[in-house]
Amino acid sequence: MNIVVCIKRVPATDTRIKVGADGTSIDETQVESIISPYDEFAVEAALQLKEAAGAGEVTVVSLGPAETTKELRTCLAMGADKAVLLKDGDAAKRDAQTTAAALAACISGLNADLVLCGKQAVDRDQGQVGTLLAAKLGLPCVTEIKKLEVADGKATVERAGDGGTTETWNVTLPAVLTTTKGLNEPRYAGLKGIMAAKKKPIEEVDAALDDAHITVKSLELPPPRREGRIIGEGPDAVDELMRLLREEAKVL
Amino acid sequence: MAGDILVVAEHSDGAVKRPSLEALTCAAGLAGSLGGSVTALVAGPGAADAASACGAHGAAKVLTLDVDVADTNAWAAAVAGVATEASPALVLFSHTARGKDLAPRVAGKLDRPLASDCTELSVDGGAVVARRPVYAGKALVNVSASGTLLATLRPNAVPATENAAAGETSAADVKAPEKGLGAVLAEIVAAASEKIELTEAAVVVSGGRGLKEAANFNLVEDLAAALGGAVGASRAVVDAGWRPHTEQVGQTGKTVSPNLYIAIAISGAIQHLAGMRTSNYIVAINKDPEAPIFKVADYGIVGDAFEVVPRLTEAVKAAAAAG
Repeated sequence: MNIVVCIKRVPATDTRIKVGADGTSIDETQVESIISPYDEFAVEAALQLKEAAGAGEVTVVSLGPAETTKELRTCLAMGADKAVLLKDGDAAKRDAQTTAAALAACISGLNADLVLCGKQAVDRDQGQVGTLLAAKLGLPCVTEIKKLEVADGKATVERAGDGGTTETWNVTLPAVLTTTKGLNEPRYAGLKGIMAAKKKPIEEVDAALDDAHITVKSLELPPPRREGRIIGEGPDAVDELMRLLREEAKVL
Repeated sequence: MAGDILVVAEHSDGAVKRPSLEALTCAAGLAGSLGGSVTALVAGPGAADAASACGAHGAAKVLTLDVDVADTNAWAAAVAGVATEASPALVLFSHTARGKDLAPRVAGKLDRPLASDCTELSVDGGAVVARRPVYAGKALVNVSASGTLLATLRPNAVPATENAAAGETSAADVKAPEKGLGAVLAEIVAAASEKIELTEAAVVVSGGRGLKEAANFNLVEDLAAALGGAVGASRAVVDAGWRPHTEQVGQTGKTVSPNLYIAIAISGAIQHLAGMRTSNYIVAINKDPEAPIFKVADYGIVGDAFEVVPRLTEAVKAAAAAG
């Protein structure tokens, strides 16, 4: 089975965000990058499917700046076979539509049986690219899967529906599935994997993106919250808390 | 028409869901500035019964879509069909489990941009401006597009209010234009008990590692039940397997914005704070007075959760009983 996984290089989740000089993006100096956590579930799922089948190939694709080779190398160290970097230095051009178009143009030539993406990247938090990619490829799509089984050219997946329900979907492959937490525990790349990854290929292609469909007018930090206040110690503070919730916050 | 707005309203057997009433309220305000009107799109069993609630919250017109809502792709095609005809300024969804799955499908079919999980929508120079959190709420962007914009509205971001100015509601049927692609919903298994959706709850009570073990989460559950709220959890306890992933609040979990958020034995890592800092009121109960959670807590109690929480639960129950 040919599995393609899409990943994105994003700032680490403990990054303290500062507004950049352009006023529309963040200040990226001294920001550590990681593979977007939801994408790691996609990589792990692909590796597990390949291992269970004892055959197949896992290709990791990413659209991003040249430095994204670091994140792609990590995927190769986890066990992916090869990687493609769609290089684009202009983050402003990368909205959900242009990203999906660039990924689709690449993936349509990879003869994929299954395409996996994280449910959203934890930078822009849009949660769209997987679905848009499926639309461009003309493939079925199920989002936010937390369980995946593949047999006989079909996938059976579970996702959380409304009100705590669990939905089971039967999907004809090829398809695009987006992954969420709970699907698996992504592995760490061991030393052996890191050494092996050095010999694995990363193909670099210049991405030719159209102009973004959506314009970011400004990026700003959220207004500061009211100063925190400690109202008391121990269970005796509960009476005061109840009074404040009733009379000041009016939430009871 | 250029200033019109379509709202995809979700309902359960005709009872319109609160996030959809919020979306309708939001749309009614925008339509006033844009000089257009609001059309609600409802689908599924009981859709006709949803019309009056949509009208009361600002829809001038209600279209019922004759489509199997279990087939999200067909549902999206029906919405896209109406949007192509109407070429509105905005197609608005709620950022619910269904809405966030549906909206990108419609965006794909229309090849139009989508602003997800917006906390505010406004009109500037005749165009809709969407304000949405990025980096899990550590920053906000204001975005716009030329032509039709799609957006999903975060639950609890805009209060739902009735709009008495709404005119007569007329309902019309739209047939589903296509069958979905090869993804079929085989089964829906309900939760053991009807759960309040974490992201839609007015009250969220979350527990952290300070509760020492999974069984002690009954403290959190009891307080949540007394308040009619949902249960949340920190990443640490989800990763430890005490609670399901669906309950995680924070950057790799859910972002919540309830009226009242109570953090029990949660220290408040930056990723957790990002996921709950827009809550209206925050209560923190923690043994460590230096815990970062107290920096964002309107009401902090320094103390042992095992002593404070049962007392609080009793007080809430007593207050409820006293009416």
